[in-house]
Amino acid sequence: MSETWIPSPSLPSPKLDSGYAGWVKNNLFSTPGNLLLTLLSIALLVLTVPPLLRWGILDATWLGDSRGVCDEAAQGGSTGACWVFVKVRWGVFLYGFYPLVERWRVNFTFFVLAVALFPLFAPILLGTTKRKMVLYLLAAITVLFWLGPIPATFIACYLFAPFALDRLLQGKPFLELFGNQVVAVLTGIGSALLVGVISYYGIFLYLDEKAAGAIGLTALVLTLFLLFISRLTASGWHWVFLFTVYPVFAFFMLVGDIFGLPLVETHFWGGLFLTLVVAGSGMATALPIGILLALGRRSDLPVIKVLCVSFIEFVRGVPLVSVLFMASVMFPLFLPENVTFNKLLRALVGIAFFYAAYMAEVIRGGLQAIPKGQYEAAMALGWPYWKMMSLIIIPQTLRLVIPGLANNFLSLLKDTTLVAVIGLLDLLGVAKASMADKEWLGFTKEAYIFAAIVFWIFCFAISRYSVYLEKTYHPSHQ
Amino acid sequence: MTTATTPEKNKRESIVTISGLNKWFGDFHVLKNINLEVGKGEKVVVCGPSGSGKSTLIRCINRLETHQQGKIIVDGVELTNDVKRIDKIRRETGMLFQNFNLFPHMTVLENLTLSPIWIRKMPLKEARELAFHYLERVKIPDLANKYPGQCSGGQQQRIAIARCLCMSPKIMLFDEPTSALDPEMIKEVLDVMVDLASSGMTMICVTHEMGFARTVADRVVFMDTGEIVEANDPETFFNNPQYDRTALFLSQIINH
Repeated sequence: MSETWIPSPSLPSPKLDSGYAGWVKNNLFSTPGNLLLTLLSIALLVLTVPPLLRWGILDATWLGDSRGVCDEAAQGGSTGACWVFVKVRWGVFLYGFYPLVERWRVNFTFFVLAVALFPLFAPILLGTTKRKMVLYLLAAITVLFWLGPIPATFIACYLFAPFALDRLLQGKPFLELFGNQVVAVLTGIGSALLVGVISYYGIFLYLDEKAAGAIGLTALVLTLFLLFISRLTASGWHWVFLFTVYPVFAFFMLVGDIFGLPLVETHFWGGLFLTLVVAGSGMATALPIGILLALGRRSDLPVIKVLCVSFIEFVRGVPLVSVLFMASVMFPLFLPENVTFNKLLRALVGIAFFYAAYMAEVIRGGLQAIPKGQYEAAMALGWPYWKMMSLIIIPQTLRLVIPGLANNFLSLLKDTTLVAVIGLLDLLGVAKASMADKEWLGFTKEAYIFAAIVFWIFCFAISRYSVYLEKTYHPSHQ
Repeated sequence: MTTATTPEKNKRESIVTISGLNKWFGDFHVLKNINLEVGKGEKVVVCGPSGSGKSTLIRCINRLETHQQGKIIVDGVELTNDVKRIDKIRRETGMLFQNFNLFPHMTVLENLTLSPIWIRKMPLKEARELAFHYLERVKIPDLANKYPGQCSGGQQQRIAIARCLCMSPKIMLFDEPTSALDPEMIKEVLDVMVDLASSGMTMICVTHEMGFARTVADRVVFMDTGEIVEANDPETFFNNPQYDRTALFLSQIINH
């Protein structure tokens, strides 16, 4: 007769020294070597931080609106920075030479982007549903007062109507009445109709009925087409919006010459605005192209493989500066005389393809880490190639290569400064141009440090976002 | 002996017909003139030492491996390079792997519903009901919202079985489904496989579980060096092997 075996209880792990004192003791003064390093570090900080603070903040000149203020401060014995320089040039740093009265268009374009991207960042910015609702409401009220009721309504409709419709149709009575497939089709048609009608009335405010009808109908058909080829329901609306409607909207908004908006040629674009346009469009196009190139490089079809390999190796073999030069100087030579492409557009295409090649290699590294069994399981279940790739393999791959992709995105953002070589003035270009201004000679430090801080803010944001993504999709969460 | 046809006494309509199958990996002749016919609802266990080509054989049936000579007909469709035929056959056959191969980035429920929704165009609600039906059948409905990485090996293999069943296959192929499992988990997977067998599914099973072969199989096929050495009903196979090679294999696998 055997006895009943009772497992022993689990015990808590032994506590280490806790609290500040424990941490200090363990990390700063645990050995003579560490003690020495700690003292050296403290000495270094004492030597560097106070002068920096004095120059940048305490002794700096903040108030005023002309060069005179800076000179006065300097004569008064101040050795600090004169941020009045940045303040006076603030508009140029942000918008380049975009006409003053048209700058609202840039703001509005980026504002719509922020709203469209909001659901992606919402989980970091706010936690609970309740807080989310409050924030949405606050944002809506802000928009209402800032832009006025009619544009605000249109934005709201464009962004959220398909969601509302989806919610409504997924509700119980509709599901019971029609069944799931019909509801999906209805949602698609409904979303398209909404987009069409909203476009129609939106345009009607500014233009005649004929133009409004044409544009409304085009929007309707386009949306319908996109929703159905991708078998998307309204939940994919943000992505459809970001990759189809938004670029067109941004183009017309920023370039103008339509709907009564005056034309703003791209050589007036500059500053942070240009940096973000180049970086944003570069990121949005380089990633999909990179995925295709990576798949092509691993393809069994020899022609596609050779094409992708040669493209990637060619691009990786030349510096970005030379690609930009080729795009701006060489490329027009191959075109017939009366055909011209915009210089900015050429730079955008050049950067997108350049970074696509790098991303392709990062993604290929991820693809190689996916076990063969994943492909075999998918194939055994009857998955054809493209569906298998887009729903099973690529999602896993992207999770693996988040750090590498973040790296590429960061260097893309910083490499936008290279567009200076083809005469486009991005943030750094504008900063340099400002230093050369006769009225403001001698403010090199301020200009460079300001540009550096702005770049750092954006890069740090990207870096934090990638950390957040890594945590969210880490295998231990799965 | 290289032929293995269904015994005359219980002749069934055949669903897999393999004739004169030859396959090489480079210069290595991995399958030598294989002839095998599997009837509807029949359970065939394929066994043999490692490297005998048994895994390669069943991987040929759903074209995870291509063959160079011979004919494979699955459910009336001959396997060729034609992608449409391959897709058709793959949709009718489910396959289980040694390493489960669940999709790690999706929950168990998503693993089960993804293929019916995207390949069979089934509505979401119906696919979910189907998934829960099969999860209950493999006795783990409470794992629906877990990720595969949070489940034990035995649970993962049962989820993999449910994932195959959600595509309502006509034939199930098992490629050493219990080889990567702890002894305690082997039983829970075998129980599900026995249950599946009793429901009349056609099963071709590469395994070393001789107990399973004895109780469930209609026929046991023994392979060595790329050939079928012999194929018989389990009774004859275990008690009265025709060849000394079979007897040696059985003595090694059973008495140790």
